[in-house]
Amino acid sequence: MNTSIRLKAALLSCVMLLVLLMVWQAATRPGQQAAGAVDDEYALLMGQAAGGASETVNGMPTPTQFATLAWRQISDPFYDNGPNDKGIGIQLAHSLARVGLGYLIAALVAIPLGFVIGMSPLLYKAFDPFIQLLKPISPLAWMPIALYTIKDSTTSAIFVIFICSVWPMLINTAFGVAGVRRDWLNVARTLEVGPLRKAFRVILPAAAPTIITGMRISMGIAWLVIVAAEMLIGGTGIGYFVWNEWNNLSLGNVIFAVLMIGVIGMLLDLLFAALQRKVTYVE
Amino acid sequence: MSNETHPQAVPFIKVEGLGKRYRDDQPPVFENINFSIQQGEFICVIGHSGCGKSTILNVLAGLEEATSGGVVMAGKEIAGPSLDRGVVFQSHALLPWLTVEQNIAFAVRSRHPRWSRRQIAEHGARFLEMVGLAAAARKKPSELSGGMKQRVGIARAFAVEPKMLLMDEPFGALDALTRGVIQSELLKICEATRQTVFMITHDVDEAILLADKIMLMSNGPQARVAEIVINTLPRTRTRETMHHDPQFYRIRNHLVDFLVHRSKVIQQSGPAASGGEPLVVRPGLEDDGPPPGPDQPQSSRMRVVA
Repeated sequence: MNTSIRLKAALLSCVMLLVLLMVWQAATRPGQQAAGAVDDEYALLMGQAAGGASETVNGMPTPTQFATLAWRQISDPFYDNGPNDKGIGIQLAHSLARVGLGYLIAALVAIPLGFVIGMSPLLYKAFDPFIQLLKPISPLAWMPIALYTIKDSTTSAIFVIFICSVWPMLINTAFGVAGVRRDWLNVARTLEVGPLRKAFRVILPAAAPTIITGMRISMGIAWLVIVAAEMLIGGTGIGYFVWNEWNNLSLGNVIFAVLMIGVIGMLLDLLFAALQRKVTYVE
Repeated sequence: MSNETHPQAVPFIKVEGLGKRYRDDQPPVFENINFSIQQGEFICVIGHSGCGKSTILNVLAGLEEATSGGVVMAGKEIAGPSLDRGVVFQSHALLPWLTVEQNIAFAVRSRHPRWSRRQIAEHGARFLEMVGLAAAARKKPSELSGGMKQRVGIARAFAVEPKMLLMDEPFGALDALTRGVIQSELLKICEATRQTVFMITHDVDEAILLADKIMLMSNGPQARVAEIVINTLPRTRTRETMHHDPQFYRIRNHLVDFLVHRSKVIQQSGPAASGGEPLVVRPGLEDDGPPPGPDQPQSSRMRVVA
């Protein structure tokens, strides 16, 4: 029963992919792109001769063109031909390093702070207005302030990652710690468990599923934000790569990069899902 | 076992003028609670919901603070929880991310921080064996039935070897059959260890089976310990045979009678006079008083329950 559903779902997914590829193929058939009055008019406006040599390699690629391009990128991901021509692997590594660093600092701040806030109803209430106010701010809105104060653009990007991933972790940690069942705390109290042992052996495992959920949300947001942040700061990274290839009108590379962003995002999420399974307990 | 009248030794636990008020504009839940517990005694508390039984237990455990009065244990005033007062929680309160043996080891390590891993495991295993759960050592609490979880809770409390064990309706959530089995086990363990126990229950038969003294509390608010019933049944009593003893029904009728009528009448008669220990009675020995024989429906229900 279960396996047959899974099999059917996989089959259906394949059919969907096939349909998608067919639509793509049909939409990008050579010759179709150049035709049409609108295109002519547009070309005229752009100061070009209508109907003249508009068949460019840089237009929307067909699935086969895309496959060759993707293969070329994947087979040599770490080439470096100067500032504007680096392999996809190098770009992704830059983005991942920024996300990793910003995220790590956020975790180092948010989890201990969330712990303290969660333990103290007073601090919980005192911090609440700040969290509520700062949380909904788009992380990119911080960019000018960050650039002005920090000056360095890469550090600013890391700061933006930090500021966007800190809130879900902070809120979830505080929420998880505050919600630890009284009974478990009472067990610790009647056993005269010391504060550190209580924090690490009772509260942390009790709140771990909630904390990991916060970390998972934060990672998702951080990965969304890095693309936009790198479009702004330029230089390196997958976000910059997308923007650069758009300026080159190399849509194939843009699509490939978009696909890679999705794949990496999915892998990161799977990582946290596995972590979540590890710490989840059944009451 | 019944030394409440002899002024001999200083009692192990002395509760004096205990009162609890949750809100200033409301009457106290209970007030002027006075009683004492001797070492090795098994005390059961019976009373309707809202009379503050659990609060008294939490005060004894050090988990809650009384508004007035205090508790002295072995010459020292109770302030905060202690390893000397073990608690079996109604909801078993096992840590769900730990296995059964890890749960017990967690408690043992609290008692003996310097012990080696092996010592702790061996000590814990002994108590797990005592409640008949050696086979479930590696399981998580979620894989156990309600009765098994409660047994682990009991083993955990005993493994710390507290001077006093506090149990808040430990079998309240269990079915009658399981409850009977664990009651017998508990009786056996307490007999062997001479553990001092303070237990809250709603089950009259359970109280008669386990307790040396049964404290009856009047209804709240302004509840108080109305009476202390001395269980005069021999300590060799068992679940299977105790209802053949004519004393059993006299005690049982006394308790049921209290819960049905007198707990309310006493509440309406106004607040207790301060000071003074509650009345001590031995309904099992009295030939007069409440009718000795059981009425039929009650006795048939009894057999099902016990």
